[in-house]
Amino acid sequence: MENVVQRLLKCSTSTFFQLHIVNCTGLGEEGVKAAVATSRLERGKLRRRTRAAVETGVGHREPGPRTRRCPQIAFCPAFCDPDSLPPRVGWIAAGALASIPTPAAHGSAPSIHKHGSSMASNSSSSGGSDRQRIAQQRLRIIAGHLQRPAGDDSALLAAECKDQGSKSDASSEEKTVPRRRQEIMKWNGWGYSDSRFLFNKKGQAEFTGKRYKLSGMIIPGLKEWFEGTFGANLQHKSPATPILNSSAVRPPTLNEAFVEELKSTGVPFSHDAEDRVFRAYGHCVHEIFALREGRIGRVPDLVVWPNCHNDVVKIVELACKHNVCLIPYGGGTSVSSALECPSEETRSIVSLDTSQMNRILWIDEKNLTAHVEAGIVGQDLERLLNESGYCTGHEPDSMEFSSLGGWVATRASGMKKNIYGNIEDLVVHIKMVTPRGVIEKSCQGPRMSTGPDVHHFILGSEGTLGVVTEVTMKIRPMPEYQKYGSVVFPNFEQGVACLREVAKQRCAPASIRLMDNEQFKFGHALKPQVSSIFTSFLDGLKKIYITKFKGFDPNRLCVATLLFEGNREKVLQHEKQVYDIAAKFGGLAAGEDNGQRGYMLTFVIAYLRDLGMDYYVMGESFETSVPWDRVLDICQNVKARIVHECKERGVQFTPLSTCRVTQTYDAGACVYFYFGFNYRGLSDPVHVYEQVEHAAREEILANGGSLSHHHGVGKLRKEWMSETVSNVGIGMLKSVKDYVDPNNIFGNRNLF
Amino acid sequence: NTIHIFHHLMDQTTKASGRAGPEHDEEFVDILEERRRSSDLGHALRTFNPHPYRGAPPCSTADLNKAVLESQYLRYVIAMETGSSEEDVREEARGILEEMSQNLQLRFIRLMGYTLTKVFKRLFTGIFVNMEGLATLQQAIQEAPVILMPNHRSYVDFLVISYILFTYDIPVPVIAAGIPLAGMKMVGEILRRSGAFFIRRAIGSDKLYWAVLSEYVKTIVRKGYAPMEFYVEGLRSRTLKSVTPKLGMMHMVLEPYFKSEVFDITLVPVSISYDRVLEESLLAHELLGVPKPKESTAGLLKAGKVLQEDYGTMHVNFGRPLSVRQLCQGKINRCQYNSAPRSKNLPQKPTEEAQACVSWLAHLMVRIQDEGSVISPWSLMACLLLQAPMAVLAEEGLPWERLAERTLWLRRLALDCGAGLNWPGQTPDSDVMSSAVALHRSVVYRRAGRVYLLQQEEPARKRPISPEEAVMRIATAVLMLASYRNQSLHVFARPALLATALHITKSTQRDELFACFCFLQDVFSYEFILVPGELSQDFEEACVLLEKCGAVHISQQEVTLSDMGLEALSFLRALIQPFIDSYQVMFRYLSEEGDPVLTEKQLVPAVRNRATKLILSGELRTYEALSSDTLKNALSALQRLEAVTKLRT
Repeated sequence: MENVVQRLLKCSTSTFFQLHIVNCTGLGEEGVKAAVATSRLERGKLRRRTRAAVETGVGHREPGPRTRRCPQIAFCPAFCDPDSLPPRVGWIAAGALASIPTPAAHGSAPSIHKHGSSMASNSSSSGGSDRQRIAQQRLRIIAGHLQRPAGDDSALLAAECKDQGSKSDASSEEKTVPRRRQEIMKWNGWGYSDSRFLFNKKGQAEFTGKRYKLSGMIIPGLKEWFEGTFGANLQHKSPATPILNSSAVRPPTLNEAFVEELKSTGVPFSHDAEDRVFRAYGHCVHEIFALREGRIGRVPDLVVWPNCHNDVVKIVELACKHNVCLIPYGGGTSVSSALECPSEETRSIVSLDTSQMNRILWIDEKNLTAHVEAGIVGQDLERLLNESGYCTGHEPDSMEFSSLGGWVATRASGMKKNIYGNIEDLVVHIKMVTPRGVIEKSCQGPRMSTGPDVHHFILGSEGTLGVVTEVTMKIRPMPEYQKYGSVVFPNFEQGVACLREVAKQRCAPASIRLMDNEQFKFGHALKPQVSSIFTSFLDGLKKIYITKFKGFDPNRLCVATLLFEGNREKVLQHEKQVYDIAAKFGGLAAGEDNGQRGYMLTFVIAYLRDLGMDYYVMGESFETSVPWDRVLDICQNVKARIVHECKERGVQFTPLSTCRVTQTYDAGACVYFYFGFNYRGLSDPVHVYEQVEHAAREEILANGGSLSHHHGVGKLRKEWMSETVSNVGIGMLKSVKDYVDPNNIFGNRNLF
Repeated sequence: NTIHIFHHLMDQTTKASGRAGPEHDEEFVDILEERRRSSDLGHALRTFNPHPYRGAPPCSTADLNKAVLESQYLRYVIAMETGSSEEDVREEARGILEEMSQNLQLRFIRLMGYTLTKVFKRLFTGIFVNMEGLATLQQAIQEAPVILMPNHRSYVDFLVISYILFTYDIPVPVIAAGIPLAGMKMVGEILRRSGAFFIRRAIGSDKLYWAVLSEYVKTIVRKGYAPMEFYVEGLRSRTLKSVTPKLGMMHMVLEPYFKSEVFDITLVPVSISYDRVLEESLLAHELLGVPKPKESTAGLLKAGKVLQEDYGTMHVNFGRPLSVRQLCQGKINRCQYNSAPRSKNLPQKPTEEAQACVSWLAHLMVRIQDEGSVISPWSLMACLLLQAPMAVLAEEGLPWERLAERTLWLRRLALDCGAGLNWPGQTPDSDVMSSAVALHRSVVYRRAGRVYLLQQEEPARKRPISPEEAVMRIATAVLMLASYRNQSLHVFARPALLATALHITKSTQRDELFACFCFLQDVFSYEFILVPGELSQDFEEACVLLEKCGAVHISQQEVTLSDMGLEALSFLRALIQPFIDSYQVMFRYLSEEGDPVLTEKQLVPAVRNRATKLILSGELRTYEALSSDTLKNALSALQRLEAVTKLRT
C-alpha cells in the first residue's frame, strides 16, 4: 500500500512540478504562493484520487525502513490520553521535513519518509475491524495531507532539544536557513545568492536562478521602464563590492567570562567576521548601501545559535550574569534599523540567532493550533503545515525569510489577514525569555479578561524585552480553492472608493490590493517574455478594449489585484460579489494573470532594488495605516512630498513615487509607498534618501497616518514615538522595560 | 527662522516685482498695444488653450455644485440644523448655493474680453503687465491650486485679471464678489458667467450660509477647479491705502492645506496700481459722508461720462507664487486635525495657532501687494502737496519750481526706501511731472508757475456758500490728494514711524525708540498695515532705511540724528502728522463728551462737525480728520486698545 501511495504521490507531485515548469509557476515568496496555489488545486484532485484508492481497501500500511534520519517528533500532550483514539496525527516531523527545500528549488518531488511506529503498535490492540477502521481513518487523513510522511501515526515524545554539536551540523545544511547564512544568501543584498536581476549582454533584463517563477526568464520591458522611469543608463554602473572583506570588520570585543560559560552549555556560537556582519544589518537602504560599498560599522561581537527554549534561557541567564548586550535576530528582514548595533553600546554585543529553533513542536487538530519554535521562517512554517493539510495563512511579503518570533516582536501583518488575521489575531500563546525569567500565560484560552493582555507587551516589543522562543498559533485547514483576479479602474479615486465599499460590506477577499498608475506600469514592465503570439495579441486586444473602447486613460487607470480563497463555490460567489461592487465604481475585471503578476511584484521588488543599486538607483518602500477618509489625500500628498523633496535636494531626475493600498480594515487601510530615485551626481545619496524618507514620514503623520502599520519602529522611527503614543504611553512602555530588563541586557534600543 | 524666511521672501518678491530702477519699465509690457493694432473681435474669439491644474481631472460647474451639496460636511451641518425639516434645510442650502455659485463659461469670457478691450482702450493709455509674473503663474497653476490675491482699488480691477489671463492662455479665475454685484440687472449674470461668485456682506451667525460658503470655497480649492481670486482686504479701499485684511475667506482658502486635503496651495499676490482712479471723486465724497450710490446697471450706464476721461496707465504686477506649505512651515501643526473625522470639524473653532497663521499670511499678502505696487510720480507730488497748508494751496498756490525740485528730492528718498517707481526714464523729469499734474486736473491745476488745489464748482448755486461748505469743498480735493499720497504711504510708513518716535522721545536709545515705535504702530495699526508679530523686524528695517537715506547713524545701542537728514525726517514726520492730528480730534471728542455711550452712526458726523469747527478756527490743519475712514480707524484702534468697547444692542 505504501508503495502505491508513494508512487501515486511521487507521480502526481512530479506532475505538479512539471506543470509548474510549463506554467512557469516559479517560486520565491511570490512563487511559493503561486506554487501553493497551484498545488492546492492539484492536491485537491489528488486527494480525491487517493481517497478513492484508500477506500477501495488498500489501506494497509507496512512498516518500512527509514529513508532518512528520523526526525525529532514532538507531539501534542492532549493526545497522550491512552483512552483516546490514537492521535489524528498530531505531530509533524520537523527536522526531516524542514530539510526539504522549496519544491521548485528542488526541482523534484520531496520523498516521503517513514517513521517509527511505537504508538501504532500500542494502539492496535483493539481488534481487527477496529484496527482496520482506525487504519483506514488514519490513511484517509494521511492521504488527504499527501505530503505528510505516510509511514507513521505515532507520536514520540519530543526531544527536549535538538542534537547539538557535530551531528546536527549535517542536518543544518539541509535547512532553509543554515547557521551560516552566507552559504545561500547575499551579504549585501536581498535574498538568495543565486537569484538576482541583471541586464544581460543584449541589455535585456533577466532573473537568474531557479527558485522563482521568474527565474531564468527574460523581462523585455524592464530596461525601457527602468531607463524611462529613473533616467538611468545601462552604461552608468555602480557595482557593489563583490566580497566581504573580513579585515574591514572590527575584531570582536568578547566578554571572556561569558564566552567561557557559554562554551560549557554546548550552545553553538561563532565570532567569525562573516557570521557577525550577517547579523549586523536589516534591509534599510542605508544599511545595504553601506555594505555594497564595503563599509561596515559596529557589528555584534558574537553570534549564538540556541536550538531550543532552554538554550535561550541559559544564554539570557549568562548575559545577565556577565552584563552582555543581547540582540535577538530572526530572519534579518528588518526595515527599521532594528538590528543596528547602537553605537553607544560599550558592552560586548551578542546576536542571538533564533534560526535554528525552527521546529513545529505539535499540531493540535482539535483546537486547530500549532505550537512552533519562534525561529522558524515563514516559508518553512507554511510548507510544513501544508504538508499536514494546514496553514497559518500568515503571509507577510517577507515570509521567505522572516521568522515567527520576528512577526510577534514587530506586530507583523500578512497579506491574507482578511481571512486569517494579523499576527496578534493568530497567536494564542507566547513564551518569551526575559532577564526576569520566562513570561507565558497559564492556559491557551482563546480570549481572557485578565487585566491588560500581557501578550501585548510582547507583541511589538522589537527585541527590547526578551526573546520569543515558542508560540502557539491558530492554524486552518488549507483552502481547497484559490483564485487570483484583478480589476482595472479608470482612476485611483474610483479604486479607493471600491475598496472602501468592499471593506464596508465586509466582503474583502483574502487579499485585495490597489496599485496606482505608476505601479500598474511597473507591473506591466515586469511581464516576462511571452513566447506565444496569441498571448501578446490577446494582451494587445485587452489594452485596446480598456483604453479605447472603455475610454480609460492609460496614465490614470489603476488596478486592484485580488486573491480569493476557500471553498470553490464560495470563492466563485465571493468573486462575483466583489466584481459586482467593482463594476459600480467603473471597475472592469482584468483577468487572473494581472492579479497574479501583481502579487509577484511584491516578492521580486526587493531583488529589483539590488538591480537598481547597480545602476545608481536607490529605492525603498514604507508603509502606514490611515482612516478611510484620508486615504486619497495621504497617497497624493506623500507622493507629492517625495517628488518635491527630491527636487529640493538636487535630485536631477523626477523620482519614482508611487503607492498602493494593501490592506483594508473596517475603519481604514494600509498604504504602502515606494520611492526610488536616480542618485547619480549626488555626493551623499544615502543622506538625501534619508532626508526624503524623513520628510515623507512627517507628511504621513501630518496626514493622519500612523507611524507604522507593520514594519515597526526600530531606531529609524523612534523620534516620533512619543508624539505617536503620548508621553504617558512612553512612560508605560519604559516602566515595563525597567521592570523586565533593568540592566538593558536586550539593548538594541529600539522603540524609545 | 521666520525672519530668515521673511527676508528670503522679500528678496524674492523684490526680484519678482522688479521695482526700483530704470529696467523696471522693460519688464512690464503694455497689453493694450496689441489690442490697438489688431482686431478686438479677433482677440475675443482667439483660440483659448489654457493648461489647467494637473492634480485633478477637470470638472463642470454642475459637478462642482453637486459635490458641494453632497459633501459630508454640508450633510452634517444640514442634519444639525434644528427648527425645520431636513428637506427644507437642504432646499435652503441649495438656494444659498444657487445665489452664490459662479457659472464660468468661455462664451462669456469672450464677451467680457470684447467689452473690456473697448473699455480699457478708452480709459487707459496702457495696461502694463509683468510678463515674467505671468509665465511663473502659468506654471504654478498646473502644479497646485492657485489663489490670486489682488488688491482692490477700483471697480475696474474686477475683471482685469481674468482679461489678462484669457489673453495669455492661462485658466481664468473664479472671483469672490460682494452680493450687490449679483443684483445688477444683466451685469450680475454676465459677471456670474465670467466666473464671479457672490458672497453676502453680513453673514453673522447664519451657520448654514457659512457652511455652504466655506464648503464651496474649499471644494474649489480642493479640486483645483480654477484659480480663485479674492480680495484679502475684503473690500475696495476707499482711500487707496491698504486695508487691514479680513481673515474669514483667507481661512477658508487655507483650510484644505491645514487639513492636508491638498499638498500645497499657491498664493499669488497681485498688485494693481493706477495713475488715476476712476472713482476718485466718488470716493472722496463717500469719505465725507455722501452715501455711495447703490451698484446698479443703470448707474453703470450713467457712468458713461467718466469713460470720456484719460486715466493714464494701469499696472498689474503678478507677484511670485508663494507656497503655503513653505510659508506655514513651523507655524501649523497639521496633526492637530488628525483625531477628528474630516467632515465634521464644524463645532471646532480654529485653533489659536491656525488663526495666528492665517492672520500672519493675510498681512504678509497685503505687504507683498504693497511692495509690488507701482508708484507714480503723481503720488510723490501728492505727498508734498499735502504738506502745504491747504488754504494756501487753494488760494495762493505753490510755486511749480519748488514742487518740482522737492519731487525730485522725494524720488531719491523713495528709491532709497525701495519703492517701485514708475518714472519714465526717457522723458525729461519736468515733462513727467507736468503730465502728472495734467492727468490730475480734477484735483490740481497749474497756472502761471504755480500749482493750485482745485475746488469743484457746483453748478447753479442759489446762495453763497457757508464756511462749512467751503471746508467740505476743499476737503473733497484734499481727500483725493490724500488717496494718491496713500499709494506711496507704505514705502515711508516704517521710517516715518521711527522719525516720529525720534521726535517724540528726543531719545537716541534704541529700546526707548523701539517702545515708542511700537506704541505708534499700535495706535495706527489700522492705518499702516504691518505684519503682526514682526515689529522688531519692522523697527530694524526702519533704522536701516533711515540710515540709508543719511538721516541717522546706527550703532548697537543708539540711533543718532545726522545733520544731513533733517529734511527727510521732517518730511517723514509731516507725512504722519495728519493721522496724529485726526486721531487727536477723535480722542479729544471722546474724552470731552459727557455721554459715555454713543452710537457709531452719530459719532462720525459729530466728530466731523467738531473737526470742521477746529479747521475753521485754525486749530486743526488737516482736512483728513473729516474722512470717515480715518475716524473709523481711530475708533477701531481705540477699541483694540480697549479704550472704548462696542456694546451690542
